[in-house]
Amino acid sequence: MKYLDEFRDPEIAQKLLDEIRQTARRPWVLMEVCGGQTHSIIRNGIDQLLPETVEMIHGPGCPVCVTPLEMIDKALAIAARPGVIFCSFGDMLRVPGSERDLFSVKSQGGDVRIVYSPLDAVRIARENPDKEVVFFGVGFETTAPANAMAVVQAKQLGLNNFSLLVSHVLVPPAIEAIMASPTNRVQAFLAAGHVCAVMGYWQYVPLVEKYRVPIVVTGFEPLDVLHGILRAVRQLEAGRAEVENAYERAVRYEGNVAAQKMLTEVFVVTDRMWRGIGTIPNSGWALSEKYAEFDAARRFDVGDIQTKESPICRSGEVLQGMIKPNQCAAFGRECTPLKPLGATMVSSEGACAAYYRYGRFVSAESIAAPAQVG
Amino acid sequence: MCLGIPGKVLEIYENGGIRMGKVDFDGIQKEVCLAYLPELEVGDYTIVHVGFAITKLDEESALESLRLFRELGAFEEELQAGDERPPGVNGT
Ligand code: SF4
Repeated sequence: MKYLDEFRDPEIAQKLLDEIRQTARRPWVLMEVCGGQTHSIIRNGIDQLLPETVEMIHGPGCPVCVTPLEMIDKALAIAARPGVIFCSFGDMLRVPGSERDLFSVKSQGGDVRIVYSPLDAVRIARENPDKEVVFFGVGFETTAPANAMAVVQAKQLGLNNFSLLVSHVLVPPAIEAIMASPTNRVQAFLAAGHVCAVMGYWQYVPLVEKYRVPIVVTGFEPLDVLHGILRAVRQLEAGRAEVENAYERAVRYEGNVAAQKMLTEVFVVTDRMWRGIGTIPNSGWALSEKYAEFDAARRFDVGDIQTKESPICRSGEVLQGMIKPNQCAAFGRECTPLKPLGATMVSSEGACAAYYRYGRFVSAESIAAPAQVG
Repeated sequence: MCLGIPGKVLEIYENGGIRMGKVDFDGIQKEVCLAYLPELEVGDYTIVHVGFAITKLDEESALESLRLFRELGAFEEELQAGDERPPGVNGT
């Protein structure tokens, strides 16, 4: 398929790998922010093909994984109400809440529907005027333009039975939080290509200057990922720290201006809690005053929610790149994609799920470590 | 949900006042919202996320990237002696 197959060519991948090997003379730690890139890296075995000098750690860019538990519990409470049709992207259905997930609400008779696009939820609201239709508006800057359009369309149509449960998160504040952490090991970032397709990459210029960290806009196919890694390593070896675009066919500096205009109309920046990580200032979007009537969190009073996280799940450390999934004792034992303890085991973009699916059961550290007695 | 896929625009029309289109993903056709890409034309390739076209794919940049990848290694010595970056790969 055009724009896919060419960027999966194994011969060219080998060339890029050789070039990375020759360029990386010292050890470097890179983070891919986006869960889609994590998936691509593990699926294609890039983590195993890279030279020992280049370590990839997986970032918090899986929207399913970082949606706060309280928001999941809120979604579950709303979805269980009679008279509500709760619409969501499919990958949110198995995300564990404190007691259950959306899938079990559905099997207990809740009207939970998987939609492909938020506009489908607007259509369902039109077709069911006697029902309250709620769409679970999660995701990074990539899904936000779609969610914004759904709200705008609902307003234009005068729909008073449609609302959005918004839990949007933003990439640049997450990079800032990682860089500001005293335990940070990351020396360069691969920025999420499709987030940048929407937002451009001008937002990263201040980060690069403040933290002297290279940020390379990177795509998702194997050659794209390798190209991003190569460009980051070249910067590190040369002592440079710049924003570079290694995904030029899809990303422009200014991004999608029409989408950005709509986003600033519909959303306002807010502090957001990230599951497993904590609150990051100014790291999310909420509906602006103009569209507040479409805010499901205001429309439905779900009372006080007491959240309860699995005591053994270490997804917070996974999301911050502090451990690899297979260093969690529950990985592949108590915790599998069919019975996930943490959100990182649910979505295909979650690091734990990617490690499970592609058989990374033994950690590189434990292979490298000398045998221990006892 | 963040996995965007490239597709080819087959048709552009209005539906309920919104710019929509038919996009082909390797044989599978879907209705996609094109409102955020007013310049997109029939025959163009675009990346689609949750039913929305978010960016136009640029053929020339794609070919240029592939050309640069293929040339890797061929210029090794020149590269090591001179500029770190191959021609055409620019910074910010
Ligand atoms: S393997 Fe399961 S329990 Fe362990 S960190 Fe990942 S999601 Fe949590």
